[in-house]
Amino acid sequence: MMQMKATRDAFGETLVELGRKNRKIVVLSGDLEDSTRAEYFKKEFPERFFNLGIAEQDILGTAVGLSLDGLIPFACSFAVFLTNQGYGVLRISICYNRRNVKVIGSHAGLTVGPDGATAQCLEDFAITRVLPNIIIISPVDAIETEKATRAMVDICGPVYMRLGRAPFPIITKDSDPFIVGKANILREGKDLTILATGLLVSESLKAADALAKENIETKVINMHTIKPIDREAIIQAAKETKAIVTAEEHQINGGLGSAVAEVSSKTVPVPVEMVAVNDTFGESGDEEGLLRKYHLKDVDIVEAARKVLERK
Amino acid sequence: MSANEIIIDVLKKKARQFRKEILETITEAGSGHPGGSLSCVEILISLYYYKMKHKPDNPNWPVRDRFIMSKGHASPVLYVTLADCGYFPKEELKTFRKLGSRLQGHVHISVPGVELSTGSLGQGLSVANGIALGAKIRKVDFNIYCLLGDGEIQEGQVWEAAMTAAHHKLDNVCAILDCNKVQENGPVAEIKNEEPIADKWRDFGWHVIEIDGHNFEELIPALDEFDRVKGKPTFILAHTVKGKGVSFMEGNAKWHGKALKNEELALALRELDEGGR
Repeated sequence: MMQMKATRDAFGETLVELGRKNRKIVVLSGDLEDSTRAEYFKKEFPERFFNLGIAEQDILGTAVGLSLDGLIPFACSFAVFLTNQGYGVLRISICYNRRNVKVIGSHAGLTVGPDGATAQCLEDFAITRVLPNIIIISPVDAIETEKATRAMVDICGPVYMRLGRAPFPIITKDSDPFIVGKANILREGKDLTILATGLLVSESLKAADALAKENIETKVINMHTIKPIDREAIIQAAKETKAIVTAEEHQINGGLGSAVAEVSSKTVPVPVEMVAVNDTFGESGDEEGLLRKYHLKDVDIVEAARKVLERK
Repeated sequence: MSANEIIIDVLKKKARQFRKEILETITEAGSGHPGGSLSCVEILISLYYYKMKHKPDNPNWPVRDRFIMSKGHASPVLYVTLADCGYFPKEELKTFRKLGSRLQGHVHISVPGVELSTGSLGQGLSVANGIALGAKIRKVDFNIYCLLGDGEIQEGQVWEAAMTAAHHKLDNVCAILDCNKVQENGPVAEIKNEEPIADKWRDFGWHVIEIDGHNFEELIPALDEFDRVKGKPTFILAHTVKGKGVSFMEGNAKWHGKALKNEELALALRELDEGGR
């Protein structure tokens, strides 16, 4: 049985630990610290924690002010509210000004579940990816989230990190390397490459197992950084396997799939199939049911693999 | 003349000079926002030449007072002020809005003395609050001044920030409204009436001071009053005139975002030289 843990839980725990060592860390919340797990920090450091109410623009702007004198603000709320409602502030006050603000969006993707489409952020990669100066991280599991949270404190500049509500399978080890912008190869194969991010990485590994039974050898890469995208990893995969499948809990337009296709088409053009939400909003439902209905399961990745191999 | 009268006379002369430099800078650029720059000349002079502690030769002096120009389109008045203070050479004003210049069309952080790039309205007060919260956490004593436009306060984020400042008792924050009554396409009152502005900010928990924003004898005491207010942020409602100082520009929305042609500039400079207004 695979161990499971939500990335938001790992984030909340790591943030407290970092807060003990680094007095410059301050945390802002949009009245969702119970959900984002920023409340762990609030309990230990109430003087460095601010619940600014339901006001994402103000939260991001206040974070900019805090950063101006050297503090390291973490702005935490649901991904959908911070990146959508807060977009203008993210663009000008944070990215244009190159401020050292960490934007932490939890409850991303369909697996928010029963809350439905309004809370299911499926466009955060697309809209943040087009902003200059920002780094975008999408951790695969709790262990990687811990590393990512630590890493972003050492980066001076805007970082957006997407977290999930549901427990994700733990597929990495403490000893695995984590370098921002450097994708991790999880499995080698010569017939095709699956480049996946977040929850869809574990689905991709399952898909690779299924394909192996048909003697199809699949390379699987964990794209934990969406920006800057690891061009070398994509180019190498395209050269070696000449077929690519992307998989993400995101809209099909503008996300990881687009980022990969942008690189491949300009360097080593190969057929690309994308597993993602197909230009539609989500709905209420259980996590597993949603992933099935919107075709984000291992079987859908296998299907995409077959398609891409036909086009090879 | 008393000492006070002499000081105010000097400030008035500076205001006339600034207005000329603002218009010359915009005409040289061929574009820019004169109306809302002319309306806040006395406000900036009161801050930079009377109230704020700052060091032009050390823009990052840690305990300096901070100024956030939330109405970022009024860049000419800020650039002229900073150049006059000595943050950068006046000569550089000629590069305003030109390719490769630090003097971007909207206020830009690469200009010495500028704390924040602005230009998307509504964002500055949140940032001012963040600086203020940071100063309180770090137990550093300085003030943060944020200049807003009356068109700008139609942005919802301003009111989010207004609630934050009051809730956190940010008595180191002073928001100043350059209330010039005119926005890009006409009078504020016709486009989206904001009155009663003073009551709104009072209801949001701010200490409100209402003044004539062109009168140094009202601006200076208002800024001193802010120092004495504890436990809440201060809002100075400065009544001003858009395009102040040039008869054909005053109160006219046409001059919100348009450069004067050379002959119009000559006319305006003559009026300002005569100094009657």
